[in-house]
Amino acid sequence: MVEHRPWRALSGHLVLLLGIAVVVLPIYVAFVASTLTFDQVTTVPMPMTPGTQLVKNYGDVIAHGSTLGSRAPVGRMLWNSFVMAMLIAVGKIAISILSAFAIVYFRFPLRRTCFWLIFVTLMLPVEVRIFPTYKVVADLGLIDTYAGLTLPLIASATATFLFRQFFMTIPDELAEAARIDGAGPMRFFWDVVLPLSRTSIAALFVIMFVYGWNQYLWPLLVTTREDMYTVVIGIKRMIAGGDQATEWQLVMATAMMALLPPVAVVVLMQRLFVRGLVETEK
Amino acid sequence: MAKLAFRDVRKSYGAHEVIHGITTDVDDGEFVVIVGPSGCGKSTLLRMVAGLEEISAGEIVIGDRVVNRLEPKDRDIAMVFQNYALYPHMSVFENMAYGLKIRGFAKDDIKARVDRAAGILELAPLLERRPRQLSGGQRQRVAMGRAIVREPAAFLFDEPLSNLDAKLRVQMRFEIQKMHRQTGTTSLYVTHDQVEAMTLAHRMIVMNAGRAEQIGAPMEVYANPATQFVAGFIGSPAMNFLPGKGAGAGRVALDAGGIVMHASGTVDTGKSVVVGIRPEHLAPCSAADAAITGSVELVEQLGADTLAHVSHGGAMVVARLPGGSMPDVGTTLTLAPDPARVYLFDAATGARIAT
Repeated sequence: MVEHRPWRALSGHLVLLLGIAVVVLPIYVAFVASTLTFDQVTTVPMPMTPGTQLVKNYGDVIAHGSTLGSRAPVGRMLWNSFVMAMLIAVGKIAISILSAFAIVYFRFPLRRTCFWLIFVTLMLPVEVRIFPTYKVVADLGLIDTYAGLTLPLIASATATFLFRQFFMTIPDELAEAARIDGAGPMRFFWDVVLPLSRTSIAALFVIMFVYGWNQYLWPLLVTTREDMYTVVIGIKRMIAGGDQATEWQLVMATAMMALLPPVAVVVLMQRLFVRGLVETEK
Repeated sequence: MAKLAFRDVRKSYGAHEVIHGITTDVDDGEFVVIVGPSGCGKSTLLRMVAGLEEISAGEIVIGDRVVNRLEPKDRDIAMVFQNYALYPHMSVFENMAYGLKIRGFAKDDIKARVDRAAGILELAPLLERRPRQLSGGQRQRVAMGRAIVREPAAFLFDEPLSNLDAKLRVQMRFEIQKMHRQTGTTSLYVTHDQVEAMTLAHRMIVMNAGRAEQIGAPMEVYANPATQFVAGFIGSPAMNFLPGKGAGAGRVALDAGGIVMHASGTVDTGKSVVVGIRPEHLAPCSAADAAITGSVELVEQLGADTLAHVSHGGAMVVARLPGGSMPDVGTTLTLAPDPARVYLFDAATGARIAT
């Protein structure tokens, strides 16, 4: 790939620019809409340059939501989403790294069976088991709680499987050296396995945080009170039904804010994320 | 520092026995090398001493304790692995200090011990580096340092030089000898390389297929191999083996032709034996005295010596000749061994036939 063909480079860049435009345009439209007044946003066609209402619109939704649709303040929703995504990401990593550690480093009866049981659940999406799960969560009185929002989503076959694969690349001699050095299993986990897994943990954190943040169906079922809405649910509730007009400038402001935390996580952890997915050196 | 003892040590996986009863003692401060081809059970034996493999039967004693039921950390041993097994995320200092830290040594004691080990192994300038910033030889020195700082009763080495290139291996052999001289710690060293075994060992255990074929000082094993296997494994280039039959007092008639004189007493006439002659014990002679007569097929000049590969009735015989001599390929060479250095082995059992 050392050929110098200017027209090729040009056409390549054009395709890339086109791709970026396709991805960015809707976001730009959403951003513009979030800076307009109610009247401007409902005119056809909508203006394509940013308006003057940026601070007002965002301040309004953060403090007290929309006026015509849901009145839940978006600030509270963002907090709910953040708590849910964090609990899911941290909980998933904590549980799956420990179960992977058990499966790889301990010999116990039915070890293979346990692994395959975990592995098989990979094939069961949340939607399949959503009614029994709902029943259990409701019976436990966890409706409208953070525990109800996060617990059913925390067990993760994917993460367990990824950690298992990573642990299997750690040479056995490292565990043996640690045994001779006098480290017990948990000490070995804490002093050796965990530091070595840092990049894998970071990569999974990014994936799991975004996964938790974007949950829609489950929060829709287990939250009934406005103060427990997550921002993804909040957007939906702001879109007024029936003959009421929707305040699109406020919906778009909320959407923009819903976009920021996952993007921030990805951008901030990008370097670790890529290393975690490609790293081979042990 | 301590003695080690093996008492009929056995290892089996299910019904399949892989180590068939090893019994020997290792003296305080002795350097014992376990040598054998891959799959002979030498690493398994070492790992049983370390506590990484269970002992199926028999006893291993370190100091005055039977260690069969003890955890590796309680056996008072330190191990050096073939692939170094350094903790990649810790500095050289932390790697060496880790075992001490877990055992609850005081900070300044740890520092003093690591500094002393670093002095012995010339690691002082590297203490802050990470393992991946070190060369193979340096990594293995760190692994040795990790063993030294604990001042254990015994060092266990599992093929520590196999990942290094030839030149470094020679240098590290020297380092290991030096380290052993300075610490005087009882050491068990596993290798498949007979040169390492010959140069490092006070005594060596030659293993084959889960059995100790011979245990003894290197030169004793070299001069008096107990079996055909040991004779072929120790010494480089390997001993020549030629099948033959007893032909009266001090004579064996080779199947490929020629009579070999030997000093191993009388072999029953017609009894099948294998004649073993080391390349260095063959010398050119007159055609009348020749035991081996054949055309030169290949000549390897090593500088100090020349190796001549001679075809003798279908078999190849290697002779180590002085560096200056250069027989032409295709010419006929007549060779005879020193009768005192001809080894005879029972063709059926491989056992040495000695007077």
